[in-house]
Amino acid sequence: MSENKQYTVSIYTENNIGLLNRISAIFQRRHMNVESLNTSPSEIDGVSRFTLVVNITESQMKKVIGQIEKQVEVIKAFYHTEDEIIYQESCLFKIKSELLFDERQIQNIIKESNARIVTVNKEFFAIEKSGRKEEIDLLHRELSVFGIMQFTRSGRIAVTKDEMKISTLLKAFQD
Amino acid sequence: MKETQTIKNNTHTSQTTERISGSEAVIKCLLAEGVDILYGYPGGAIMPVYDELYKYQDKIHHVLSRHEQGAAHAAQGYARISGKVGVAMATSGPGATNLITGIADAQIDSTPLVCITGQVGSHLLGSDAFQETDIVGISTPVTKWNHQITKASEIPEVFAKAFYIAKSGRPGPVLIDITKDAQFEEFDFKYEKCKGVRSYKPVPTTDENSLKAAAELINNAKKPLIVWGQGVILGKAEDAFKAVIEKAGIPSAWTILGASAIPTSHPLNVGMVGMHGNYAPNVLTNDCDVLIAIGMRFDDRVTGNLATYAKQAKIVHFEIDPAEVDKNVKTDIAVLGDAKTSLTDLLPLLHPNSHTDWHQKFKDLYKIEYEKVIKNDLHPTKEGLTMGEVLKEINLQTKGEAAIVSDVGQHQMIACRYAEFNKTKSNITSGGLGTMGFALPAAIGAKMAAPEREVIMIAGDGGYQMNIQELGTIFQQKVPVKIVVLNNEFLGMVRQWQQLFFEKRYASTEMVNPDFVAIAKGYHIEAQKVSERKDLKAAVKEMIDCEGPYFLEVRVEKEDNVFPMIPTGASVSDIRLE
Repeated sequence: MSENKQYTVSIYTENNIGLLNRISAIFQRRHMNVESLNTSPSEIDGVSRFTLVVNITESQMKKVIGQIEKQVEVIKAFYHTEDEIIYQESCLFKIKSELLFDERQIQNIIKESNARIVTVNKEFFAIEKSGRKEEIDLLHRELSVFGIMQFTRSGRIAVTKDEMKISTLLKAFQD
Repeated sequence: MKETQTIKNNTHTSQTTERISGSEAVIKCLLAEGVDILYGYPGGAIMPVYDELYKYQDKIHHVLSRHEQGAAHAAQGYARISGKVGVAMATSGPGATNLITGIADAQIDSTPLVCITGQVGSHLLGSDAFQETDIVGISTPVTKWNHQITKASEIPEVFAKAFYIAKSGRPGPVLIDITKDAQFEEFDFKYEKCKGVRSYKPVPTTDENSLKAAAELINNAKKPLIVWGQGVILGKAEDAFKAVIEKAGIPSAWTILGASAIPTSHPLNVGMVGMHGNYAPNVLTNDCDVLIAIGMRFDDRVTGNLATYAKQAKIVHFEIDPAEVDKNVKTDIAVLGDAKTSLTDLLPLLHPNSHTDWHQKFKDLYKIEYEKVIKNDLHPTKEGLTMGEVLKEINLQTKGEAAIVSDVGQHQMIACRYAEFNKTKSNITSGGLGTMGFALPAAIGAKMAAPEREVIMIAGDGGYQMNIQELGTIFQQKVPVKIVVLNNEFLGMVRQWQQLFFEKRYASTEMVNPDFVAIAKGYHIEAQKVSERKDLKAAVKEMIDCEGPYFLEVRVEKEDNVFPMIPTGASVSDIRLE
């Protein structure tokens, strides 16, 4: 029996209401947890792109891709292993302002992690960091020691290392 | 200036525009798609469309069901026998949710439906307004496509797309939800049929190499077995299929929805596969060297335990839906495409063959099944009527020309096993969802779609009562459908399982039934009850000869079982004969 692996799924779709429901239902009815989800415009006008992260077997992944592509408004779906993609996630930390001045270590952490201070006011300051999940996890661990007022992390966004040829595929769909 | 609307008949699209209401546009869209009959139930949120329908009643016949589920199943019956899109309509909220069982049934059995639901006004959406449900959300997992219209101007495009999606490729149900304000709103109507959707490729291109590889495997097979499904019928591939099996001499078995694609009496037709299928094709599934699946999806009721299913065989899968390939059974060669094209292209690549010795194995096993099961079902010597002999009598008197609409349960398996089908699209039943209550309304739709055919509904006493209110529809519409209820005063299939696997603890399966004949007569439907063998033939004759609808109740053995049977989780070759 094959083991679960982390896969990033790229789905090119029409930009229509209700598609998120259809796609998420495909995972839900199979008891598959979606670790991360992002939707955005794609490189093609009028075409949206879903990026999902799931931990399942490759055999499950192939079947799910088939079910996703079966949806009328899905143009094409791909799945990728970790080494096939370049990806980023983004996060925001909200931290009490006094810590920035009282705990010098925080300034070092921000500098070493290549995080960015987005805003500072009397009560809090906000830090933004983009990177791989492990980098964000590390920053989270380091800042947790001092206390985090709020934390949020985005879904993964990814591009493939190899060409995906979606424009060619799209043209073929239109022919 | 107002231009004249140019829909002249049911198949032309309008070329010019006319300012009309959304609800009138709905009717015009239906006319443009060739719809002349629809099944439904009015209510507050769909009343504007019904009001327009009143104006168009000479062009579109609306069949008032007695429950929206009945409307959906009737539309399914209509679609299944005609090959056209069935249309059902309901109001918002409970009206819409009542359609869901029929929609789910249509989804799993690939039946083309367009379901129209009314919705509360768009300003009320999401406010838990009276009779508001999120029907688009509810129906998402059981529709091929769905859409909510909040502006009248969306109506033509969405309807055109809906019909295109419902009937193209692997067919399925589509739901269109229309807010009440969109039904009232006026706009410039113009209709164009949908010719394609960018993201949707209904039929995948057939790869020539896969076809050649399939042909090579079939030509070199010593013990090939074909299992065909409804894809042959949906793809209008009956003739191509027959030519293929006759040239290659391959024994061919069918799934429940594949039944009737070729006549029952065809020498290469070796029966039904699956849980209550025939002995030979089930056992020999685990003996064949090449298993050729055509337009079927390896449902668990067909395969039994996947771990032991045809492990010795190379698998070739002809399939229109790429998501079905390798879903349940890993294939060696997949030929994507529609069945008619694939099989037509396969034919010249095949070598003529007869596989005489291999056929003999099927005949030998049939003899065993005949002695242990079929003989007792069709020619019983014990007192008490069997379900099988009722089917045998119907076969004799209809000469296998009838369309059989069966419900779900023991009688369904008996009907599928023993009904003789001489014509395609003659077995209309709820295959994938197993919906009790399907048959009575589906028979209404089937008979209305094919009035020239004898349509005989066969149900058990349980399923019959699940939509018994549709007798009212039959009476009002004067649909000459023949209703046969095989009454064993049990939920027979559940009782059989309780007997075999739950130590005869018949928990809530015994039914105390009403006077079915009196109920039918209450709806002014001719009716009689038969309890003895000597009366069966005359009763069936009276039913067939009756010009109007007819109800026949047959009191059958209370604790009769359906065999052969593959217990859940067992291998197909472990099929039990007793």
